[in-house]
Amino acid sequence: MSRRSVDREDPDRLYTVTGGRTRADETAFDSVSLIVGECEPTPGMQSEHAKILQLARRPMAVVEISAELRLPVSVVKILLRDLLDTNRITVRHPSAITRAGRPDPETLKQVLLALHDL
Amino acid sequence: MDALKIVVVGGFGVGKTTLVGSVSEIRPLSTEEVMTQASVGVDDASRVRGKSTTTVAFDFGRITLDASRVLYLFGAPGQQRFWFVWDQLFAGSLGAVVLVDTRRMEDSWYSIDRLEHHRMPFVVAVNRFTDGPSLEAVREALALAPDVPLIDCDARKRSSGKHVLITLVEHLTRLHEGSTQ
Ligand SMILES: Nc1nc2c(ncn2[C@@H]2O[C@H](COP(=O)(O)OP(=O)(O)O)[C@@H](O)[C@H]2O)c(=O)[nH]1
Ligand SMILES: [Mg+2]
Repeated sequence: MSRRSVDREDPDRLYTVTGGRTRADETAFDSVSLIVGECEPTPGMQSEHAKILQLARRPMAVVEISAELRLPVSVVKILLRDLLDTNRITVRHPSAITRAGRPDPETLKQVLLALHDL
Repeated sequence: MDALKIVVVGGFGVGKTTLVGSVSEIRPLSTEEVMTQASVGVDDASRVRGKSTTTVAFDFGRITLDASRVLYLFGAPGQQRFWFVWDQLFAGSLGAVVLVDTRRMEDSWYSIDRLEHHRMPFVVAVNRFTDGPSLEAVREALALAPDVPLIDCDARKRSSGKHVLITLVEHLTRLHEGSTQ
């Protein structure tokens, strides 16, 4: 698998995609927050926004959207922020573990059962 | 639907992508994260261009566990610059797997240090390319605490990858029991 790295990517492209912003509110999205599209793309919409709405017809994790769009996760988070602010997507945050905390025993038990059945 | 994550870390060529692929229901996908130095004046294009960035590539797979849970498995390099993006990407992970090649054990020292620093529970899996040293010798070389699980694996085999994940989740369960007694 070889992919262009953004190191070699025209910085202007990333700049254009995000309208010049370089940071999203980091707390709004986890890398595995599931994104659910709440509307169809509309004509004239920025193409990255339209693609995200197409992908998120079924719940899709932030990293999956990033891989599909071939854009870094942090850039995708900025695009998602736009869609969230205009109510075009909803977000399901991972709930099983908090940033500081540990998983609850019931979750671990269910994960273990599911892995054994794999 | 709730998403969970587990991170596989290790040196280049140690078998991370192979392990992720052998247990994933999708072909591993790859993407990347960039860390841009904290900035002022983000409205000024020239400054954005001039800023230094760190790029870290990683791949991931997905396992649908049951009707309400999906597990994302990340394969990520263990070298120093990767840990820059740990908080962005992998905070909140259940735990980690350190994949070790016995011919290059020093590749995993840094990862083990960082996981301990982040208080992230982990297991160590030796991906056997050659016979190599015994698990006891590996434990000593890595200065692993006695309670850190250390197992052999063959990343190409689904059953082996599954065993690695089960070993990690059993370890997490024991840690949880220990902390509530
Ligand atoms: N003999 C052997 N080869 C393996 C094993 N796991 C991976 N490989 C091979 O080692 C190479 C590197 O593996 P890869 O998963 O790409 O490593 P990564 O850089 O850590 O993602 C590939 O050619 C794999 O086929 C294993 O358990 N045993
Ligand atoms: Mg790889």
